[in-house]
Amino acid sequence: MSEKILLSVKNLHTHFELRRGAFGRAGVVRAVDGVSFEVRHGEAIAVVGESGCGKSTLARTILGLYRPTKGEVLFEGRSLDGDLRWYRPQVGYVQQDPYGALPPFMSVHRILEEPLLINRVGSKAEREQHIREVLEEVKLTPVEDFLSKFPHQLSGGQQQRLVIARAMILRPKFIVADEPVSMLDASVRVEILELLRGLQRSHNLTVIYITHDLSTVRYFAERIFVMYAGKLIEKAPVNELLHNPLHPYTKALLAAIPDPDPANSQTFKKIPAGEPPSLVNPPSGCRFHPRCPAFIAGLCEKEVPPEFEPSPEHFVECWLYR
Amino acid sequence: MKEKTEAMASVSVKRASPLLRVEDLKLYFRTTQGVVQAVDGISFVLERNQALAILGESGCGKTSLARAILRLLPRNVHTYSGRVELDGVDVMPWSEERFRREVRWSKISLVAQAAMNSLNPVLKVGDQIAEPLIVHKGMDKKDAWARAREAAQIVGVPTDFLQRYAFELSGGMRQRAVIAMALVTNPDLIILDEPTSALDVLTQANIMNALKGIKREFHKSFFLITHDIATSSELADHVAIMYAGQLVEWGTAEEFYPNPLHPYSQKLMASVPRLREERKLDFIPGRPPSLINPPKGCRFAARCPQRFSQCDQEPPLVEVAGGRLVKCWLYK
Amino acid sequence: MSAIRGGLRQLRQYPSALVGLGIIGALIALAIVAVVILPYEEAIRLWRGGEDIWQESPRYAQPAWLNLFTAKKLPETIVVSTQGASVKPSPTETAVHRLSASKVRSDKTVSISLAFDYRYDDFPTEITLFLDAKYAELLPYVALRWRTPDGREISLGERKLKGIERYNISQDTRLERRLGGQPPEIGLFVSPGRQSPLRGRYELRVEGTLFEENADIDAKLIVYGKVYGLSGTDHKRRDLMVALLWGAPVALAFGFIVAVGTSLTTLIIAAIGAWYGRWVDALIQRITEVNIILPTLPILIIIGTFYSRSIWVMMIVITLLSIFTAGIKVYRAIFLQIKESPYIEAARAYGASNLRIIVRYMAPRIIPILVPGFVTLIPSLVFLEASLGFLGLGDPVLPTWGKVLNDASNNGALYKGYYYWVLSPSVLLMFTALGFSLLGFALDRIFNPRLREL
Repeated sequence: MSEKILLSVKNLHTHFELRRGAFGRAGVVRAVDGVSFEVRHGEAIAVVGESGCGKSTLARTILGLYRPTKGEVLFEGRSLDGDLRWYRPQVGYVQQDPYGALPPFMSVHRILEEPLLINRVGSKAEREQHIREVLEEVKLTPVEDFLSKFPHQLSGGQQQRLVIARAMILRPKFIVADEPVSMLDASVRVEILELLRGLQRSHNLTVIYITHDLSTVRYFAERIFVMYAGKLIEKAPVNELLHNPLHPYTKALLAAIPDPDPANSQTFKKIPAGEPPSLVNPPSGCRFHPRCPAFIAGLCEKEVPPEFEPSPEHFVECWLYR
Repeated sequence: MKEKTEAMASVSVKRASPLLRVEDLKLYFRTTQGVVQAVDGISFVLERNQALAILGESGCGKTSLARAILRLLPRNVHTYSGRVELDGVDVMPWSEERFRREVRWSKISLVAQAAMNSLNPVLKVGDQIAEPLIVHKGMDKKDAWARAREAAQIVGVPTDFLQRYAFELSGGMRQRAVIAMALVTNPDLIILDEPTSALDVLTQANIMNALKGIKREFHKSFFLITHDIATSSELADHVAIMYAGQLVEWGTAEEFYPNPLHPYSQKLMASVPRLREERKLDFIPGRPPSLINPPKGCRFAARCPQRFSQCDQEPPLVEVAGGRLVKCWLYK
Repeated sequence: MSAIRGGLRQLRQYPSALVGLGIIGALIALAIVAVVILPYEEAIRLWRGGEDIWQESPRYAQPAWLNLFTAKKLPETIVVSTQGASVKPSPTETAVHRLSASKVRSDKTVSISLAFDYRYDDFPTEITLFLDAKYAELLPYVALRWRTPDGREISLGERKLKGIERYNISQDTRLERRLGGQPPEIGLFVSPGRQSPLRGRYELRVEGTLFEENADIDAKLIVYGKVYGLSGTDHKRRDLMVALLWGAPVALAFGFIVAVGTSLTTLIIAAIGAWYGRWVDALIQRITEVNIILPTLPILIIIGTFYSRSIWVMMIVITLLSIFTAGIKVYRAIFLQIKESPYIEAARAYGASNLRIIVRYMAPRIIPILVPGFVTLIPSLVFLEASLGFLGLGDPVLPTWGKVLNDASNNGALYKGYYYWVLSPSVLLMFTALGFSLLGFALDRIFNPRLREL
């Protein structure tokens, strides 16, 4: 793996104004609130967090669908601002709900042709060639059987393959996958994740994989970022994070995930009470402090913890590691 | 309050016959494409204070099975037959009116799939929890609210939340409220249809904790329908695997999770990612058969890695060591 | 698009939709037939041509087929001419009336006999004789004699002919006096001592005296009946068939063009508002709210009275007024939902422009909702066009159903018992509405469950 940095996110903030009526302002949703990281060429990163933690907003800001309120996103050293037409063919987007992600009134062929037409790629024959290649890559074969089908005629797994094919059709260097398998059956999930992993390896793709499911990411990512209330509270290589979690929130997440084991029914889990905080009025200091079992009074509720690096490549935003 | 909870607990006196016995239950739907055999001859027994997990992929008929047991049928029913015994009494011949009065919500209640998203937006949460009592038990509003408060406490909804509306509650709280609705009439059996699938990991764990508590403290039985195998192990005493409208395996949780028997169960278990164990993930190629004209023999045969000539005929439900049942020729 | 095809396939399961389709099909066939057998110029000539064209038709005649249902047979129009009628009578008519016209010319005299059989139970409405004299200087002189089937002869007087002369027998007051105060169209036909006409062969003899070598006389007798053609005639003797036939293509084209224009524009504007949001959306919403309050009909009346009644002007005005209506609110609500669809987000991620997203990604989703609305919009537009015609604001040139109703109303058709005049355009209008409504309701039932899935 090369050490070349493909994507670098610097002190990124993406806020949304809550409007009341036409003119009133009801507040600001701090969906992404001070996030920095770098992604190397060919690397797969998983951003893990619960719903409402801002992980999808982070994905969309990286995709250039939202403009940052503060900070910046650099792709190969070039900032994502102004006209992003240069960036579009570089990045593919795989969404959560495969059926919703496909226009129901377009055929498979049309769905795959759209990005090519919009980005003015090749002649008609070249486009046809392209579409066939990509369908073969995602194993929607024989290709002829699929070209004229409509999304509702495909199974969930096939729909998601098509979404992946569409993300791949412009030959991007970078894929953002937002919960690519959470709507699929367990038996299909693995198939899709393996497909993504295979494509990543064969095309040396960089992947950011957004998920709430810690149990699957270990199979498909090199590093895990844990997100809580708009911040990345812990960043570490997969095995390091799974075997040596540092942040109390990460520990709780890991504890909450069951493996299929009959012993589970005999014990209660120790789970911090409460719910993730509102992003409109997040708690002061460390955002996890109201639920934290290791809460340090007088510090955690007052000061925002900076990023510590207790061991190499393992970053954590928690006062326990000061 | 304490007396009431004891009263709830005391209902489950030991009786000879099992709480629920289902025999050869069938539910077919008529559609424009043909007859869908959603539930095709399912039999099982559920004892008191036990939880049975029904596992299967989407479209295998899990939800239809729940509806068939509760007789919540759509208009396009083609066939609805079999025996549903509650405490040893076959309730299938009962009239709709009698079934509604004496079974639905009195003995069996339901937490429907995504019910937390279908709470009435203009009713207070407390009113909705109390509603089954008013509708099914004819209780007056004040008593119903008292019971609702009690049920809310059991599932962990703070009592002041009862005055709020559904949209003011988080997903986890709404799901708890829906479980309280199922609990409030003090039924013997609660059917849970994907109770945690739309929730976050921590919330999911919290809700499973609450369900475990209810089972332990109030001796309820659960019928847990889910595609999430790992989570099912939090509650299940018995596990049934459903495939294409039929049960293909049935056994105790202790025996099933470490050692599934049916090739489908084995593949399914192999597709579950593990956090605490290094293991290669597997998947099942192909897709389940259509429930309109399903294949004649074993319905899994087309996707089965261990298929052999006999699989062209329908396998019987074979009993293997320890009372486990498996619908597969490999064990005959 | 597949949703639409699927929806149309489902139509077969709705008998009401099939009836609706049948009616619409019949109307379209009627419109095509109208345009083929009666080309535009010909229709306009027949409708707006003038007395010459309508000369041989009766006024206020009922449809001829009514005779099939009544015991009392009403008379048809009888035309006997030495030159042959300008509208050729059909062979059956000739057979029924046994028309015969003969002319015997001698040196100084010409003797014309116009004979016909009259077998009806009611009297004619008018009798007119056209005499065409050819001469150089000296006017020919004729004596007219009416012979009834029972052999009576009644003199209709004598006169000098100056070119083409029209002798309106039924308005001859002197003759009326001679007939004992009975109007000639009754007096000449009545059976003596009874109230009913005498059946049999009547003859009009024209005995002419000529004073020049090359002089000649031709005669044409028209006995106007009380029934005419398939749909009767109006106050100007015009065949209502022309207007009833041509009303179909006019009404359908009007309804269809305005419905297409309105639906598509509404769709695009709603999509633009939903997509851009903010002030664009706010502006569209405010315009809509103002426009919803504006009364359509009075505005059309003002424009029709002071500016132009041309059907094209009306079409444009109605389209403009119908764009910013409740439809925009409905479509906007759906578009706001569609706008959040993941596939729209995906399209943005691969660089689709705003215009492309609106036209290619959002608009197609609304078509299942648009189609039933569009179909049910057509009859209301057909009614609106008829209302304008009825209010006297119809297009000044085109024959339409609304204008037939307008004429009927102005001539007191209902007081005078000319029900056919009001009923035939009304029935056509109702069938149009019924056909489109049946189809529209069925389409709504088919497409709307999908709407809930959005």
